[in-house]
Amino acid sequence: MTRPALVVERALWWIPGLAIVLVLLLAPLLFTDFYLSAVITKALWLGLAAASLIFLAGYAGMISLGQVALYGIAGFTMANLAAADGGSPIAWNPWLAALAGILVATGVGLFFGAIASRSYGIYFLMITLAFAVLAFLFFGQVTQLSGFGGVNNVDRPDIVSNPVTDPANLFYIALGTAAAVYLLIRYLERTPFGLALQGVRDDPSRMHALGYNVPLLRMLAFGLGAFVAALAGVLSVWWNTRISPGSIDLPRTLDVLIIAVIGGLYRLEGAWVGAIVFAVLDNWTRGIDVVGGRFNTVIGVIFLAIVLLSPGGLMGIWQSITDFVGRRFAGAASPRPRPAGERAHPS
Amino acid sequence: MSGETAVAGHPAWRTRLAAVPPRTLAVRVLIALVLAFVAAWVGYKAAGNPRTFVVVGLNGLTLAGLYFVVASGFTLIFGLMRVVNMAHGSLYMLAGFFALELQGRLSDGGGSGFGSSSTVGDWVLPLVVACLGVAVIGLVMQQVFLRWNQGQDLRQALITIAISIIIADQTLAHFPGVAEDIAAPDVFPDSVAIGVYGLTYPFFRIFVLLVAIAVGLALWAMIKRTRFGMIVRAGVDDRQMVSALGINIQLVFAGAFLLGAFLAGLGGVLGGTMISVNKGNDTTYLLFSLIVVIIGGMGSLAGAAIGALALGLVDAFGDVYLPTGYTNYSVLLIFALLVLVLAVRPLGLFGRPA
Repeated sequence: MTRPALVVERALWWIPGLAIVLVLLLAPLLFTDFYLSAVITKALWLGLAAASLIFLAGYAGMISLGQVALYGIAGFTMANLAAADGGSPIAWNPWLAALAGILVATGVGLFFGAIASRSYGIYFLMITLAFAVLAFLFFGQVTQLSGFGGVNNVDRPDIVSNPVTDPANLFYIALGTAAAVYLLIRYLERTPFGLALQGVRDDPSRMHALGYNVPLLRMLAFGLGAFVAALAGVLSVWWNTRISPGSIDLPRTLDVLIIAVIGGLYRLEGAWVGAIVFAVLDNWTRGIDVVGGRFNTVIGVIFLAIVLLSPGGLMGIWQSITDFVGRRFAGAASPRPRPAGERAHPS
Repeated sequence: MSGETAVAGHPAWRTRLAAVPPRTLAVRVLIALVLAFVAAWVGYKAAGNPRTFVVVGLNGLTLAGLYFVVASGFTLIFGLMRVVNMAHGSLYMLAGFFALELQGRLSDGGGSGFGSSSTVGDWVLPLVVACLGVAVIGLVMQQVFLRWNQGQDLRQALITIAISIIIADQTLAHFPGVAEDIAAPDVFPDSVAIGVYGLTYPFFRIFVLLVAIAVGLALWAMIKRTRFGMIVRAGVDDRQMVSALGINIQLVFAGAFLLGAFLAGLGGVLGGTMISVNKGNDTTYLLFSLIVVIIGGMGSLAGAAIGALALGLVDAFGDVYLPTGYTNYSVLLIFALLVLVLAVRPLGLFGRPA
């Protein structure tokens, strides 16, 4: 089918997408070092954390607030195993420490998933939120692991040069990781595992009746989400050069939810769109005096507005625009099937 | 389920045991072992120092009282409206700050340090004003934002999360950052003798426990014995049928939300007097409310009581009875409690499917 309307609609998705990819590839040439590090690299790893949430929400119907706790577990494991000020005295090779952090967080994720996977919808959200706050309190109390002011100057691999004076390397590492995760999830979407997950999202009891092990599928999805969150955790520690219990407290947990909702909970690209908006706003509200310079009030109001007015987030708004333009091109309003994997509202 | 048919000559318990799937049986045996170990450990510790056991036990019970007051409001709102009020902890925190501020002004800016006292009026008036203030905030929240999103539980949870972020940020901007406690009325004695081992115990904590019991009984009586409670119970089961019978269910919803927020406020002032008023309270008391209802089952008053008891006791004993050097790992015990309950009952002890 090559209706002109469809071509226009496709173009409205592909052209901005390619433009963004091009800008990102050339970002070290286009932006100042400060902006590259403080906004764009930050948005890439925040987006990665949000992508783990969107993957769970969009493909498995599990809205998890545990992603920041999992990235914290990866970050703290790595920070304790690598050489650092505070935390344990172990000093492993930074790559090995990062790998261990990712493995531990994925393991914890599978365990969380095993417990929470029989709960659905709002119960799942509440249980993962309880896990998240418990993880925060745990690292707050256990100073053997978190030091008294956090674990500072965590040793990085040589290739991750100083993120302040020479941010390009870390930027490209974050960009590569984000791209790899995006492609991995888009690939999984078409595998039997991905299709079964989407079946579980839409109707768990029917999938159970068809012979699928629904709790196992949900547990594996949660483990995969934990893996992606752990990647974000490792990058965030490299970027911050430190981690403290404050890095995974409730406001931080909600930040990732806000990013996902602003971007759009049901489209993977929304993770990074939301993260860019979040990081730019964060940077911008520091400079000027909005409601007493209170970033969280501003972001809270934006979040409230998005939830009330456009549950699909910015990606949902863009979707409406392309639909509208497409209809104008098609002339008469012809009903058109919506893209797969998109639902008006989750149950 | 091969063993479901009764076999002649076998005692009934064996037939029933055979009907339990092996994996469930293994989980139950494991949990029984864990509970037996915990009981043995607590018993061993208690035999070593019974005075500590009594004091820590009372700490746990009084904490449980506070948790129950807060969580009962949370579970009431959920039970009737299926709204998970993520701003419940924020309402708790806000009530504490309101009461602290008002008491400071009433007693002419006198510092309310630890153990200080105030006249009865200087405590009761802030209590009433803070609870009503928070109740009204809750009501406005429900009427303005939640009412027209009924039935969309996720969206409502996100709305309350957004409100909690705004409240937390504005609290940070307008109230003092240091933890303070609200002064208890001076007619209350500091501590009372409890008649075992010649121990004395802070009176206000016992007062909190008594208030919690009174709140529990009052809620129970309201739900089981009054017309309002009857409508609430009917509304939980079938909201549309209730409104079809000519009852203004929106009024009932508003009343329930007012009451739920009021209870968060009551908890906030009691907790602010018993422990302290603190910036992090919104996170911790949201967590405690969540845990209490996850353990007890959403919407169940009895479940909230059991959940609060379990959380309070684990919280109090974990800090003291863990082996020396590991007491700061007590959070893991709360996590273990949660895991234990969810492994057997994903909907909580008294939970039932929506």
